[in-house]
Amino acid sequence: MSGRNGHRHVLSLLVDNEPGVLARVVGLFSGRGFNIESLCVAETIDPSTSRITLVTSGHKGIIEQIKKQLNKLINVLKVHDHTGTQYVERELVLVRVKADAGSRAELLRMVDIFRARVVDVGTSSYMVEVTGDEGKIEAFLNLLKPIGVMEVARTGSIAMAREKNKGKEARNGQN
Amino acid sequence: MTVASTAPSEAAQGRKQQGNKLEAVGKEMKGARIFIECLKAEGVDTIFGYPGGAVIDIYDELAKEESICHILVRHEQGAVHAADGFARASGGVGVCLVTSGPGATNTVTGIASAYMDSIPIVVFTGQVPTPLIGNDAFQEVDIVGITRPCTKHNYLVTRVEDLERVIREAFYIARSGRPGPVLVDLPKDVLNAIAKYKGLDSVKVRAYQPTYRPNVKQIRRVVELIKESERPLILAGGGVVLSGASGELRKLARRITAPVTTTLMGLGAYPGSDEKLWLGMLGMHGTYRANMSTGACDLMIAVGVRFDDRVTGKTDAFAKQAKIVHIDIDPTSIRKNVPVTIPVVGDCKRTLEALNRMLEEEGLQWDESEREEWLSQIQQWKATRPLAYDQKDIIKPQYVIEKLWELTRGEAIITTEVGQNQMWAAQYYHFNEPNCFITSGGLGAMGFGFPAAIGAQVARPDKLVVDIAGDGSIQMNIQEFATAVQYCLPVKVVILNNQYLGMVRQWQELFYDKCYSCTCMEHAPDFVKLAEAYGAVGLRATKPEEVVPVLEKGLSINKTVLMEFQVEPEEKVYPMVPAGAPITDMLLV
Ligand SMILES: Cc1ncc(C[n+]2csc(CCOP(=O)(O)OP(=O)(O)O)c2C)c(N)n1
Ligand SMILES: [Mg+2]
Repeated sequence: MSGRNGHRHVLSLLVDNEPGVLARVVGLFSGRGFNIESLCVAETIDPSTSRITLVTSGHKGIIEQIKKQLNKLINVLKVHDHTGTQYVERELVLVRVKADAGSRAELLRMVDIFRARVVDVGTSSYMVEVTGDEGKIEAFLNLLKPIGVMEVARTGSIAMAREKNKGKEARNGQN
Repeated sequence: MTVASTAPSEAAQGRKQQGNKLEAVGKEMKGARIFIECLKAEGVDTIFGYPGGAVIDIYDELAKEESICHILVRHEQGAVHAADGFARASGGVGVCLVTSGPGATNTVTGIASAYMDSIPIVVFTGQVPTPLIGNDAFQEVDIVGITRPCTKHNYLVTRVEDLERVIREAFYIARSGRPGPVLVDLPKDVLNAIAKYKGLDSVKVRAYQPTYRPNVKQIRRVVELIKESERPLILAGGGVVLSGASGELRKLARRITAPVTTTLMGLGAYPGSDEKLWLGMLGMHGTYRANMSTGACDLMIAVGVRFDDRVTGKTDAFAKQAKIVHIDIDPTSIRKNVPVTIPVVGDCKRTLEALNRMLEEEGLQWDESEREEWLSQIQQWKATRPLAYDQKDIIKPQYVIEKLWELTRGEAIITTEVGQNQMWAAQYYHFNEPNCFITSGGLGAMGFGFPAAIGAQVARPDKLVVDIAGDGSIQMNIQEFATAVQYCLPVKVVILNNQYLGMVRQWQELFYDKCYSCTCMEHAPDFVKLAEAYGAVGLRATKPEEVVPVLEKGLSINKTVLMEFQVEPEEKVYPMVPAGAPITDMLLV
């Protein structure tokens, strides 16, 4: 995706799992006027380390600065930019959609096509859970709009690099 | 008359006091004592501070410790600037200690200044006991949160078991890589809790590995560019001073016969006495020849600089004809503001060493005859004497600085306040050695110079230390006269009293139709009487013929001396490049 703000970049950071580390990362972005489109943080399998997945956008020079500045933080162990590499990106979204007699069938069809799930049923609305990369989520939400989206909760993207294989097939196996 | 004597030895080295370091290892002790042992292990013999309830336990331990001298300042801002001046003059790490809440917030300006100028200091702040943190307790403030964007790193110590490691890491981080301030917040209960002092002998911080050694391939590419260049220019900054690279810089300049300019922070990296290759300072108030050279050079070797806007002017127009080599230990400095042909990440000293070695091994050298055209162009620019001034009936501030330079043979340590005084100091005092010009370059904090001079004097008792001040700035930390007098520090303060916040007034004159809004400082104390009230010596010159006698007398007195010079109120700093204009578009008087 490329727009006025330059390309979208998905960054994975490994950081010390300590109080204040997230504040350092976020403070760096706000203090230097960099963009954060989404942010997701949790402990890794090693309790001393957390992974932050951060989606940002900017022109080449800005992205280079962002990565250098992140690397400069004492608590940041590793910065990996997935953009331009093979990786899997996922986001989980909960969305409450109006579900009256007229729209229910259409909604369930969408849920089926996007391999989403209805996780709560109310008298006037359904809560739907869907996962996918940014493109899929945007497409799904756009299609739900005419039905009546009442509330959305998104986790923000997480990402992981695919195993480096010589053959292309292995990489294209999924998605 | 006492003038500066040359430094006999590396003061920083002499400061290592091992004392009874080993005795404490393996013993159980209070956190406050661990603090003292850590300072000793780091070779700290002087700290600047101000007590309060949260750090009273440390002060109790300090009273029992003979190997550490505590300088009691009169305002915490003074403590941080003094630690900064101490670090710069000694080449070591400056240390300060303050209490929680207001003590901590008073350090922020000093920390921000040290951060912008990459000065290694460690600031210890008291904090309320850990169970009270977050409760808005008396004198509680989230100083770690407040200083996060202006420290290289900071810590809140929540367990006494972590105290030793954290303090040692703080020193390590402050002085290594691109140096900078580190803050350690010490809750009162941690200082009172007991733990074993381990006597750690090495410090390692996961994921913090500054790149000291440059990539040889990049050095090779630099050599190729030097071979192609006809009009090379060297631009040196504070990084050269910090890494002790000025010897290598001189070697390089002479080997390839390249003229040298520096940023404000780089003054002293190259000798001001070199008539042929020294261009003077670059930037908004740089010399004509330095600024013009950046527009005409075909190769710029930039070492330890960060291309601040006061140096580049309009970046799109900066060094348009040049390929730029940028050497710096901090990758974020490279390609942040200007495009670079060859980036070299590495310590300035090691990188220049490697570059000089490669040139030497390949027998590459250029003499003056090979650079004739370039050097004669520079001589032509030099003939445009934009730094000339006319000393008539009223004292010219430039004249005061020039005479100070002559009388001290350019060997004093000069600190400055901020404003016109700072720029005149940079233009008219010619430095031959690094670590002698101490100024708040990046932050431009008024009130910096006097406490910094105190710190420098403590670090270098053998040196003459002079703060070049404005009448506005000196009043921002004037209370430190009490400190200087108490500790018998023979610091000299030269006030260029123009009765204005002169630099702001200059902008108002040039760009705001002479609307001198709130920049007049007519109402000022009688500086001579004020000095005397503090127990210092006060002298005053009101006429040009009094300048030299006052300087001679003031410099010869082995006490804290304030010298007030009543100078031409509306004198301006020239040359000048208006903010945002190309650096080669200079107003020349
Ligand atoms: C703490 C702080 N406040 C405000 C400024 C803005 N400022 C820059 S120069 C200057 C005037 C300084 O006046 P003075 O110390 O008399 O120096 P002069 O320019 O007259 O030599 C001011 C107010 C500053 N640099 N620092
Ligand atoms: Mg003034």
